[in-house]
Amino acid sequence: MADAPLLQGRNLAALRGERLIFAGIGFELDNGGLLKLTGRNGAGKSTLIRMIAGLVAPFAGSLHWNGAEVSRDREAFLADLIYAGHQDGLKTALTATENLDLFARLRGTSDRDAVAALGSFGIAELADLPVRYMSAGQRRRVSLARLLMTPARLWLLDEPLTALDTGAIAQLGSVVDAHRDGGGMVIAATHADLPGQPGSVLEIVPPADADLDEDLDVDGDMEDAW
Amino acid sequence: MSRTFLMLVRRDLLLARRQGGGSLLSITFFVLVVSLFPLGVGPAPETLERIAAGTIWVAALLSVLLSLDRMFQADLEDGSLDQLALLPLPLSLVVLAKTIAHWLTTGLPLTLAAPLLGLLMQLSPDAYGALIAAMLLGTPILSLIGAIGAALTVGVRRGGVLLTLIVTPLYIPVLIFGVSAAEAAAQGFSYSAHMLFLSAILSGAIVIAPIAAAWALKLALD
Repeated sequence: MADAPLLQGRNLAALRGERLIFAGIGFELDNGGLLKLTGRNGAGKSTLIRMIAGLVAPFAGSLHWNGAEVSRDREAFLADLIYAGHQDGLKTALTATENLDLFARLRGTSDRDAVAALGSFGIAELADLPVRYMSAGQRRRVSLARLLMTPARLWLLDEPLTALDTGAIAQLGSVVDAHRDGGGMVIAATHADLPGQPGSVLEIVPPADADLDEDLDVDGDMEDAW
Repeated sequence: MSRTFLMLVRRDLLLARRQGGGSLLSITFFVLVVSLFPLGVGPAPETLERIAAGTIWVAALLSVLLSLDRMFQADLEDGSLDQLALLPLPLSLVVLAKTIAHWLTTGLPLTLAAPLLGLLMQLSPDAYGALIAAMLLGTPILSLIGAIGAALTVGVRRGGVLLTLIVTPLYIPVLIFGVSAAEAAAQGFSYSAHMLFLSAILSGAIVIAPIAAAWALKLALD
C-alpha cells in the first residue's frame, strides 16, 4: 500500500436528522497537500471536517489513513491530527500561554514554546493575558497558535479565517505553507481564499433530490457514487 | 497515556481553582442546608441525634447534584470537549479523569466538612467513624453516577432539572447504605456489611459510569 494516498475518503455520506446532507464524497490527500472544501452554507463542510476527525460517524463510506481504515487504529490517527473547529476551544479563565501549554501537555508535547507560537500569529505580547479579555479575532489567533504546539501531520481547519484581519490571514497563510513544506497536510473549509500555495478544491454539492426531505431513497448522484 | 490522564485531572483542578466558586458553593450549600434542621425541627438533642446521619447524607447528595450540571457543559459550550474527544485517549478515560477532579473538588471537601456538621446535629460520638468512612466510599459513587446524568443532559438547555430527575433515583442505594452505616455504628453494631455494599457499588460504578457517560457524550458531539 506504499503508493496509496496518505489520507483517503471514500464515498462518504452524512445524514443529519432525516436529511441526507452529502453523499458520494471522495478525496485524496498526500504529504504537502492542501484540500479546500467549498460549498454553500449548510452544504456540510463542517460536518465533513468533523467526520474526518471522527467526531461525527459517517452514514456511509470510509476513511483511510496510511492505507488502513482509520477505525482500525484511531489513536494513532488522532495523535497525528489537530482540529481547529469554529469554536475556539479555549478556557477563558486561563491565559493564552496556559491554554497552549495545556493543549500541548495533554498531547504529550512539552518542548514547544507557546510565546513563539503566539508570535507566529503576531500576538506574542498577549501571552499572559487571560483569554476572557481578548477580542474574537485575538481568540481565534490563540486557537490557531495551537497548530504549532504539537507535531501533527494533518490539520483540519473549519472556517479558519473567521474574525481574522488581513495581517492575521497572511500569517496563517505562511504558517500553512511552512507546514506543507515540511510534509504536512491541511484540510480547510473556507469561503475566502487562503493565501499561500494553491491546493486542490473539493466542492460539496447536495445530492440531487436533497430537497425532498421525506424521500431518503435517493438515486442519481447516490447511484453514481456507489 | 497515564500522563495524559493525570494532566487532565490537573487541568480540571486548575480550572476549578481559577474559575472559583464551584467547590466553595457546594460546601456553603451543604452547611446551610444542614444548619436549617436544628432551626426547623427544634434543638432537642435526642431529635437531632435521631436524624443527624440522614440529614447530613441528604444535604451532601443535594450539594453534589447542584454541582453536576457544569461538569461537561462548560467544555461543550466553548468547544474544548471536541479537543478532549480528539485526544489519543479513550473518551471513557477522559470522563473518569473529569469525574476524579469533580470528586476532589466536591465530594472530598463535603466529607471533610461532615464531622463539623455532626457536632451541630448532635451525632452520636460512635457514629463519626462510620459516617466519614461511608462518605469516603459513597461520594465518589455520587460523582460517577452524576457523570452519566451530566453527559446525558449536556446538550439540553437548562438541563439541570432533568439531570436531577435522572440522577436522584440512582442515588438512593448510596443514601440507604450510607445512613444505615452511621446508624448501626451509633447503636454499637458492626457496619462492615454497609462498607462492603458501598465498595461493591463503587467498583461497579468505576467500570460502568465512564463508559456510559462517554457514549452519551459521543451522541452530544455528533
